[in-house]
Amino acid sequence: MQCLSTLRTKQRLRDLQQPKVAKATLSEAFAEKAVDAGAVGFVLSRLPKGEAPILWVQDRLSQKEAGRPYLPGIGVQRPIIRVDVTRPADVLWAMEDGLRCGTLGAVIGEIWGDPPVLSFTATKRLAIRAEAGGLPCWLVRRSAMPNLSAARDRWRIRSLPSDPHPHDAQAPGDPRWQVELFRSRASKPGTWVVRYDSATGHVYLSAPFRDGGVAAANGTARQRVLG
Amino acid sequence: MERQGNASSDDIPLVLAREGTHGPVVYATNRAGRLSGISMGSRVVDMRAICPEMQVEYADVAGDAAALQRLMLWVRRWCPWSVTDGADGLILDTTGSDHLMAGEVAMLIEMETGLSLLGLTSQLAVAPTWGAAWGLARYGTVRSVCPEGGVAQHMAALPVASLRLDTDTLLLLQRLGLKTVGQLADVPRLSLTRRFAKTELARNPLMRLDQAMGVLAEPVASVDAPPTFWVQARLPEPIFDPTHYLPGLCEDLCCALAKAGSGCRRLYLTVYRTDGEVSSLSVATSHPSRDPDHLRRLFNDRLEKINPGFGFDLITLEAGAVEPIDVVQTRLDGQTENDLALPRLIDRLTAKFGAKAVKVPVLKDSHVPERAEGWRPALNGVGHDRAAIARSRPLRMLDPAEEVRVLYAVPEGPPAQFIWRRQTHRVARYQGPERIAPEWWKDRPGTRLRDYFRVENHEGQRFWLYREGLHEDGRGGDPRWFVQGMFE
Repeated sequence: MQCLSTLRTKQRLRDLQQPKVAKATLSEAFAEKAVDAGAVGFVLSRLPKGEAPILWVQDRLSQKEAGRPYLPGIGVQRPIIRVDVTRPADVLWAMEDGLRCGTLGAVIGEIWGDPPVLSFTATKRLAIRAEAGGLPCWLVRRSAMPNLSAARDRWRIRSLPSDPHPHDAQAPGDPRWQVELFRSRASKPGTWVVRYDSATGHVYLSAPFRDGGVAAANGTARQRVLG
Repeated sequence: MERQGNASSDDIPLVLAREGTHGPVVYATNRAGRLSGISMGSRVVDMRAICPEMQVEYADVAGDAAALQRLMLWVRRWCPWSVTDGADGLILDTTGSDHLMAGEVAMLIEMETGLSLLGLTSQLAVAPTWGAAWGLARYGTVRSVCPEGGVAQHMAALPVASLRLDTDTLLLLQRLGLKTVGQLADVPRLSLTRRFAKTELARNPLMRLDQAMGVLAEPVASVDAPPTFWVQARLPEPIFDPTHYLPGLCEDLCCALAKAGSGCRRLYLTVYRTDGEVSSLSVATSHPSRDPDHLRRLFNDRLEKINPGFGFDLITLEAGAVEPIDVVQTRLDGQTENDLALPRLIDRLTAKFGAKAVKVPVLKDSHVPERAEGWRPALNGVGHDRAAIARSRPLRMLDPAEEVRVLYAVPEGPPAQFIWRRQTHRVARYQGPERIAPEWWKDRPGTRLRDYFRVENHEGQRFWLYREGLHEDGRGGDPRWFVQGMFE
């Protein structure tokens, strides 16, 4: 019993070391699986609340491989301005131009792979513009290597089996992600398990279970029995 | 106006021929041809008997018409309103434009010079009416200028052919002994009316006479309305790059707009090339604007799309879609309001990537997922609709939906295993089905219904899968499975 309470205290202590909410700066989110929408969900959950529009820039490969944002899923809390371009260089151009505009709420860019134009200089330009303009700027990277970059926070996101559904054991519940902050200027790097409450839009971060048995039993307790 | 090789000498009779019912007939000829007795409309073989040394080439009638159309745009360097007149004429409404070139005579001389630099021979005349200008240009003296009210006097000595009548009527007038316009005008009106009461315009000398005299109105109806706000830069010699002239032009145009209290939503940059063509470029804004810096910036990176040919010597900048702008001071400290930042960003993005690339989503009233969302250009304004979304929908949409290969089908629910993009996914949990029937008022007959499942695979990725159709629903073979979206 006492052992359990110690565990809880430790857990709570670990929970306290949470990263701060995204400031107006450049952050990168690496999706471990290209088709995993968890990275986009996490980025959206980190944006500050408000009604200012989002500038969403996608290159052609990202759109073909990972789809486009879907308004009925994202919700109509804030308007979205989507820019479809072909080349990654144009994505950077549009993002930089968007960061100059103070009335936007955030700028999100999606770039597929590691194009040569996405160099350290390019990310540095974005970071400086974002900090000068006071806008959060996110780069969503898919099938990409975390090469040299000036992004202030760099995250790696993977979807986890979701929470149990309160009414239907067979159904997936609230989404959960494993997020890893592997490089950061402001806070301490670490790994967390994030539960996203889709009803309220809240995000609950907690440290992952070290015990594999407990983790495996979490959520997917009643797995579907294969024929 | 396209010239291949050197023009043949004027001394050699040259004939342009056209296919007639009995072999080629003469369509046009040059001065040497006319002097050696070649007449229009006669057969080429007959004319060759008269003039054995003549050269024959086939006429390109459609090409001539297209060239005349291009020339019609090019002559707008002198006045904003021009139309083609027949197969070989142009009518320019130069009202109020002649003072820019120091009078009508000087204007005619400049026009003749400009056209002869293109290699074109021109016969020009200025007259208050279309009919008078037509007759004076063809049958009058060189560069004749007819003042307001002097039409009757100037036309009196011209032959009746200058009234745009067809050959039968001309023959009739010749038989009646009416040779000049003056003689025709002296005939009592009543007798002319009685004789030509029911004939159509081209065979009615009275109506043609009225048109020439200005009694019967004949307005110049141009294809598009003349611009209200436009500025031009005349250059001493042809150049290839309008970049350096653009700031000045934008400033002049914005001054004019500011005086009128308006702003424009479209800008047309037109260059008049020395080879007789016109190239044009347009940009649009999402909000009426008269800020010269902003408008100039919209042309960045786009000026290279304009085709300068062998250079151009006149640049015009027109404002389109002019709307009033109310100037409201909202702050006392003189700082400008930040409201315009977003429309300007949209303008810049649209100018660079095109109106189709910059768009905003709107919710549509439909249950079919791909129809539940529409995209419209951001140039039309960023709206904010607050319709409630009741059902859970994916964050990402694949467009179009991608078919998956089912490895392990189960009678109810989604497949236990499927292959998508060469990867095997094992379904751990699922929710559904949510049945969405085809919209019979939009879909083609035979469209199958869809059963949507929200599935989670063994790794935790959440997809939106659907089965198209049912077993033995009589609308095709086995149902197929598709991935349409990804949940967060």
